[in-house]
Amino acid sequence: MSAIHTVTMPKWGLSMQEGKVNLWLKEVGDTIDPGEEIIEVESEKISGAVEASVSGVLRRQVAQPDEVLPVGALLGIVAEKGASDADIDAVIARFQAEFVPPSADDADSGPQTQTVKVGNVEVRYLKLGEDVAGKDPLLLIHGFGGDLNNWLFNHSPLSESRAVYALDLPGHGSTTKVTGVASLDGLAEVVIGFMDAVGLECAHLAGHSMGGGVCLAIAKRAPNKVKSLSLIASAGLGNEINGAYIDGFVAAASRNALKPVLAQLYSDESLVTRSMIDDMLKFKRLEGVDSALATLAGGLFAGGRQAEQLASAAAGKPTLVIWGENDRVIPSSHATAIPGATVKVMPGQGHMVQLEAAGEVNKLIGEFIG
Amino acid sequence: MARKITYQQAINEALDQEMSRDPSVIIMGEDVAGGEGSPGENDAWGGVLGVTKGLYAKHPGRVLDTPISESGYVGAAVGAACNGLRPVAELMFIDFMGVCFDQIFNQAAKFKYMFGGKAKTPVVIRAMYGAGFRAAAQHSQCLYNVFTHIPGLKVVIPSNPYDAKGLLIQSIRDNDPVIFLEHKALYTMEGDVPAESYIVPFGEAAVVQEGDDVTIVAMGRMVHYAKEAAGNLRKKGIQCEIIDPRTTSPLDTDTILESVERTGRLVVVDESNPRCSMASDISSFVAQEAFGALKAPIQMVTAPHVPVPFAASLEDLYIPSPARIEEAVMKVKEYR
Amino acid sequence: MTSPLNREALLQAYRTMRTIRDFEERVHVDFATGEIPGFVHLYAGEEASATGICMHLNRNDYIASTHRGHGHCIAKGVDPVGMMAEIWGKATGTCKGKGGSMHIADLEVGMLGANGIVGGGGPLICGTALASKIRGENNVGVCFFGDGASNQGTIFEAMNLASVWKLPVIFVAENNGYAEATSSTFSVAVENIADRASAFGMPGVIVDGFDFFAVYEAAGEAIKRAREGGGPTLLEVKLSRYYGHFEGDQQTYRAPGEVQKLRETKDCLMQFAKRVTSRGELTMADIEAIDREVKTMIDDSVVKAKSDPLPPPEALMADVYISY
Repeated sequence: MSAIHTVTMPKWGLSMQEGKVNLWLKEVGDTIDPGEEIIEVESEKISGAVEASVSGVLRRQVAQPDEVLPVGALLGIVAEKGASDADIDAVIARFQAEFVPPSADDADSGPQTQTVKVGNVEVRYLKLGEDVAGKDPLLLIHGFGGDLNNWLFNHSPLSESRAVYALDLPGHGSTTKVTGVASLDGLAEVVIGFMDAVGLECAHLAGHSMGGGVCLAIAKRAPNKVKSLSLIASAGLGNEINGAYIDGFVAAASRNALKPVLAQLYSDESLVTRSMIDDMLKFKRLEGVDSALATLAGGLFAGGRQAEQLASAAAGKPTLVIWGENDRVIPSSHATAIPGATVKVMPGQGHMVQLEAAGEVNKLIGEFIG
Repeated sequence: MARKITYQQAINEALDQEMSRDPSVIIMGEDVAGGEGSPGENDAWGGVLGVTKGLYAKHPGRVLDTPISESGYVGAAVGAACNGLRPVAELMFIDFMGVCFDQIFNQAAKFKYMFGGKAKTPVVIRAMYGAGFRAAAQHSQCLYNVFTHIPGLKVVIPSNPYDAKGLLIQSIRDNDPVIFLEHKALYTMEGDVPAESYIVPFGEAAVVQEGDDVTIVAMGRMVHYAKEAAGNLRKKGIQCEIIDPRTTSPLDTDTILESVERTGRLVVVDESNPRCSMASDISSFVAQEAFGALKAPIQMVTAPHVPVPFAASLEDLYIPSPARIEEAVMKVKEYR
Repeated sequence: MTSPLNREALLQAYRTMRTIRDFEERVHVDFATGEIPGFVHLYAGEEASATGICMHLNRNDYIASTHRGHGHCIAKGVDPVGMMAEIWGKATGTCKGKGGSMHIADLEVGMLGANGIVGGGGPLICGTALASKIRGENNVGVCFFGDGASNQGTIFEAMNLASVWKLPVIFVAENNGYAEATSSTFSVAVENIADRASAFGMPGVIVDGFDFFAVYEAAGEAIKRAREGGGPTLLEVKLSRYYGHFEGDQQTYRAPGEVQKLRETKDCLMQFAKRVTSRGELTMADIEAIDREVKTMIDDSVVKAKSDPLPPPEALMADVYISY
């Protein structure tokens, strides 16, 4: 019997319980390769594409546009050409008969974030995937104002063959807010402490924006802890940065003020949903966040200039640089700052390229770190 | 770090954190500790439903039991606010405003304006409101509309634990008099609440869920009934947008208008009586400001114009239900 | 015993009483012309009470007043020039013309407001006193109220609360015999308002409100007790008002000649001047100098009030909230 694979509603983020089908990106009969985007769905917080993990042919579109389905519900069937319609129907029938939608209580099941103390900073992190011998783990480091959810579409796919960690930097996410850290080196120090605390002797580092700068600062401070660098729209590779974005982000106290600021991050501004804005405001309103962000912004990006230049820290490390060509926060011209690095500038993409072109970014990183 | 706590715990935590942060914050009210002057325990009740339990020991001398004397201690809270404290007076049931209303609406609400801008009265008056507890006509009213009518007061009606904590912290830090109303039926509701201190600003409605067909404005406990109704309606292919104003003064009219301009249909759900209510107020400004966008007459889902009855069969009829909200949505949706 | 008043204090006491008297007499005259808007309730005749009590207070002590509040304001240190402008409804008034006679307040000098609600101030003053007590200061609160308010629940509640919390509050019942047009002999169920003190566990003291020195003495004891943590006192000051409940009240409920007789035989300013000059503590020249000085000040305040600007239209929407 030929293999028949189900495509199901993904779970993006710990709180997602259901998603809405936006549209099919593949027609029935289309051939599909692993990593290709099959269907676009939307959670409360974000919309994105479900990628194929296998190859085959799209044989059924079970879910229809505008349907709202629980996490894990059947969306469609990918099967080899030889699979019979009868077998496919049997798989669908059995799936539907056995499928139990997760209850609200199940939201707590599945992978959970953890915390670890690094000095007086309590760092939140999420580990996905298993430790695999011979495969150094990957550590994902988000950018300014972000958190580990910035890797929502990358974390799980990248963890299929290795352990992948994502953390919240000091002053961000659920990590301790009041830190006074105002330099990439200061952030790097905490991340190195984190690596020691969770037993990461050496890891592949992937960083987005300011997180890229942190990766470079780690490579400078503790080169033996760094296996490779994947730098996405990275800080530390040039002078310019969009000061209006940074200042606007720090100052924004309402939905109306924050929306145009966040819109600058994306090439598709419709991705900036109300829920995304609300979540960002919730974060910004936590005691200490505004001053932590202002301290960081003042130290790193005052007056629309980047204070730290760290391209040379990548010397001797395998380095991948990914950029969105239309990045409105840090210009894509910085992509060529590291001699010898593998550079991929993606046309049409913006600053949040790892979210907006997750499939391609995952593929690039996956192939790069092996 | 967010964890799940109840609405009641969220309120306790907000009070605790603000009292720790600012020594000028005090709490007063009937049995907010419970047991003052008695031979037994000093924090015997911690509020009639235990909302302030534990604060008496943590903040010595700043959790004050009062005589049953609402006019006296609510007025004292107002006076103390004029002299540099940030008192949180608990009125127990909002129905008791009947015996201390002067101190709230003639005194606290007026000082800033009447004294030419020179007064500052940062007082919070907390109280329970709402029907559903078989407590009858004198312990079950909403009355937020009455306070909303009065310039100089701010009125807060959180519908969930997250908002309860953030709005209470904002209420305490706010420099104007604030009426903070807690629905009894929500005290046991659990939700994600950050352990850290945070604020939810006034005058910013929450869009509880987005939808393009019908706008439902609902407040307090009614937000949850609206969600239940919207869930059923979604199965019929109707997408409701639910807006929770969170504060009725100031009221986020922009968010409501933006939504109605998109959907063209409005249902307002308000647990209080209909005349001069939030429902009628919201309906009237939408009719005035967005008449051209309306595709159907606005529907109000409210209690009837009667006092809250005691008998279960009657009280259940009194309170707006998810079924009535569904009916109202169908009515505006199918209007030709 | 309160320590005897020195010359400076005596001059201050007389100047305060004279300022209140002239202020009220002048408002009485001007109100009759129809130029002053709204309601005014004059304090003329009661000056010894506000003055004798407030002379014991400092800026950080609070007073709560009544609709008949001009005298309390002046005695507590509110600027009469601003008050006059306020009564005329001008932008330069104490409350920028938005309060008027019944709501003059100046928290900077511890004046928590005249109050348009009879009995409204009792609970409020418990609050200012509570704040002082919680902060460990020794400031006091004084609640002025009339025989009318003495029957209000708020005053009973405030007295009970002050006693229960042992607050540094002095409740001053200014019994002028009439609540609007109703005699206190009808409306107050006990002979003396001070008799009610025992019901709230505090001392009750009766004092002659025409006699500045008697008021000063009794208030001094009560305020000292409050500052020392001894709790509240109810002080009943028996006095009379020379004018009606409000301006325009013909006072037909009063006995013919009642006010005239009081003015001639008991007037507090007259008694004060007679006593201090007969004892040689002040001279008639001292008294007359103050009379001239105050008259000029009041005349000037009226000239200024009349010519001062009205509040601009934008003031309508200003100062409802600190932020909204």
